[in-house]
Amino acid sequence: MGRLVLRRLATAIPTLFVIVTLSFFMMRLAPGGPFDQERPLPPPILANIERVYHLDESLWRQYLRYVGGLLRLDFGPSYRTKDFTVGELLLQGAPASLKVGGLAVIVATVLGLAAGITAALRQNSWVDYLTMSGAMLGIAIPNFVMAPLLSLVFGVLLGWLPAGGWGGGALPFIVLPVLALALPQVARVARLVRGAMIEQLHANHVRTARAKGLHERIVIGRHALRGALLPVVSYLGPMTAALLTGSVVVETIFSIPGIGRYFVQAALNRDYTVVMGVVIVYAALIIVLNLIVDLIYGLLDPKVRHD
Amino acid sequence: MPRNTLRVVLRRLALCGVAALGLAAGTAHAEMVLRIATMGEPKTLDPHGVSGTWENYIVGDAFLGLLTEAADATPIPGAAESWTISDDGLVYTFKLRPHTWSDGTPVTAEDFVFSLRRILDPATGAEYASLLYPIKNAEQINSGAISDTSELGVRAIDPQTLEITLVGPTPFFLELLTHYTAFPVPRHVIERHGSEWVKPGNFVGNGAYTVVEWTPNAQVVSIKNPAFYDADNVKIDKVVYYPDEDRGAVTKRFRAGEIDLQDEFASADVEFLKQELPAETRIYPKLGTYYYVFNQTRPPFDNPSLRRALSMAIDREAIMEKLIKTGEVPAYGVAPPETGGDWQPYRPAWADRPYAERVEEAKALVAAAGHGPDNPLQVEISYNTSEDHKRIAVAIQSMWKALGVQAELVNREIKVHYDTLRQRDFQVARAGWIADYNDPQNFLYLLETRSGPQNYGGYSNPEFDRLMVEQGQTNDRAERFAMMQQAERIAIDDDAWAPIFYYVSRSLVSQKLKGYADNVKHIHRARWMSIEG
Repeated sequence: MGRLVLRRLATAIPTLFVIVTLSFFMMRLAPGGPFDQERPLPPPILANIERVYHLDESLWRQYLRYVGGLLRLDFGPSYRTKDFTVGELLLQGAPASLKVGGLAVIVATVLGLAAGITAALRQNSWVDYLTMSGAMLGIAIPNFVMAPLLSLVFGVLLGWLPAGGWGGGALPFIVLPVLALALPQVARVARLVRGAMIEQLHANHVRTARAKGLHERIVIGRHALRGALLPVVSYLGPMTAALLTGSVVVETIFSIPGIGRYFVQAALNRDYTVVMGVVIVYAALIIVLNLIVDLIYGLLDPKVRHD
Repeated sequence: MPRNTLRVVLRRLALCGVAALGLAAGTAHAEMVLRIATMGEPKTLDPHGVSGTWENYIVGDAFLGLLTEAADATPIPGAAESWTISDDGLVYTFKLRPHTWSDGTPVTAEDFVFSLRRILDPATGAEYASLLYPIKNAEQINSGAISDTSELGVRAIDPQTLEITLVGPTPFFLELLTHYTAFPVPRHVIERHGSEWVKPGNFVGNGAYTVVEWTPNAQVVSIKNPAFYDADNVKIDKVVYYPDEDRGAVTKRFRAGEIDLQDEFASADVEFLKQELPAETRIYPKLGTYYYVFNQTRPPFDNPSLRRALSMAIDREAIMEKLIKTGEVPAYGVAPPETGGDWQPYRPAWADRPYAERVEEAKALVAAAGHGPDNPLQVEISYNTSEDHKRIAVAIQSMWKALGVQAELVNREIKVHYDTLRQRDFQVARAGWIADYNDPQNFLYLLETRSGPQNYGGYSNPEFDRLMVEQGQTNDRAERFAMMQQAERIAIDDDAWAPIFYYVSRSLVSQKLKGYADNVKHIHRARWMSIEG
């Protein structure tokens, strides 16, 4: 297991390097630059600015300068948010994204498991139909509809919670964004669990357990559930990545200062260094999450053993 | 987890939630707080790096220029309490008001000298430095032709007296000094902290408010500056600026009572808002022009009669009444009405003819240029991604279709759009201009040959250029305006632009917010406002 972790971490560095290189050059292929705007800059002023940011150098030199900076953990200056370095922006933005995304992961997993198990145990009853119709709805309604809807109903009409804003991350401010982010995932988890649970309930080892006369609670809790969790765990990796990195819409609608918003703003503003910084954070996050999922998998499934 | 443990945990969680809600509600007290939603994240709080109206809200509350804006944005004395202008209009002498920075250090004429040199120094890379080119040697210093910034035509006669020498009489110069490019920055703080000087904690200004917090993409918080010279009359204790590009989301927060002032609500919301929040919905003319520009440097629009034909065929009134219903005024001239006080935009004779007649005449012009059913004129309309720009482009496309013109719509994201304009790689393009200072020159100069990339279409007319140079050499207002009226007439008769409409500002203003005055510059300083009720 230790060797697996070491091996995976060793491959992570070249992977990140390739991602950095590809994104750096791909981004520069996009037309327009960070200083193109509605009011064009007089050429001498544009030249002044480009000199300040070394954008007048050849692309290769800029690349080397950037990679050199990265080795010193310097992500460079932001061209758009000039008073902050990219490092500072990421340090301020990542906790907000992680908080909302992380809570959404927990909410989605807990609610999804509960709903899925309930539906499976009452298969083809009205409970099952109701839960699964709800899940379909959750999957079908996209974020950009769900988020404004929640904000309208609970923020504007009922006035129970703030309609938007961050408030330093206080609880009332994050309830709606977390819900908006988690709901579609609750539905997906519930469907996965229900399917796997039903399959497990008909599996040989569960039948054996029942035949031995074990209490139903133990049959389900210890024997069926463990197998039913496997697909959820393998989905947990992509889901966590999606929730932590894919909260762009929710962050924008609720004005959350997360890095998802930076990513979109920076891409549109051609704020090259911020785009690069967020790409690196996302890539690192996904690499680590995949590793964690693999490790959990090994713990749950006796058939998978890392040596 | 046993059932009751779960229940206990859930109950505790619920209690925490209630407690947090209670805390949030309990923080309301007598402090008067103004919550403004601006259009985007500030690039910087250093006035020398600022270039957007959304940043102007913040820096304009934090710094005080030699002149400043009254509640209705007319220029009034700011850091200078009085001034004299030499007879030739070239030398301005300002007497500073005795006042201090927010840390108690006196503001001196040297601070202004330092600031103006700093913004024009090429090493600062200030985007907006060109606004100060009327000052002697400013352009040469900024472009690197003169390397010694002390050659700038600005000097401190004594700590309270500042002298600025100009290249030529610049009748709008006092107005220009209200602009953030002319704000003083604290030399003593910049020398101590370098580029970190604008960070909350280091931040020092001479305005009514001092920035104390900046969380990117969340909020900027400023508190009342007790050292401000007019602090006794400043009522609001704290201003929170929320940067937000999602207009619809901000409107929801306004309706939920979380925002007191929203700058620019979405035009799609206007009918709903006029109905639901008639008292809060404020639409007011703004100094800006939305126009289509023809690329005159290459065929087909090097041909003036084709430009005329296409401009005539745009039914501006129909676009405003049926499509964009936010009260914008159909435009035929370059600078909006009332620019500089009483500007009357030129209105070509054809504008008053019935639309059907205009279309017939336009058809004839297109035919005369050699285009017919078997050789239709094909053009590309470029615009930047936005629902409104698209709707207008589609409408214009269909209006031109009546002339037999086949227009193709090309939609690009904003950076790419302006890049193609700068490269003059377009045929007809949507563009817009919001004035920096309230003078028609600020619009007309866009069409001068010397404006280079800002003159997107490459319009060039020696007579127009001559008039624009001459208007800058006199301080006689009537004479200047007459020259500029003449210049505008030339440019419009040449159809350098097809103006579409004059902008309006669209704000949501809480009924509790007092002291907010609609104005064409759309500048609203917190020091004039209060929250009541």
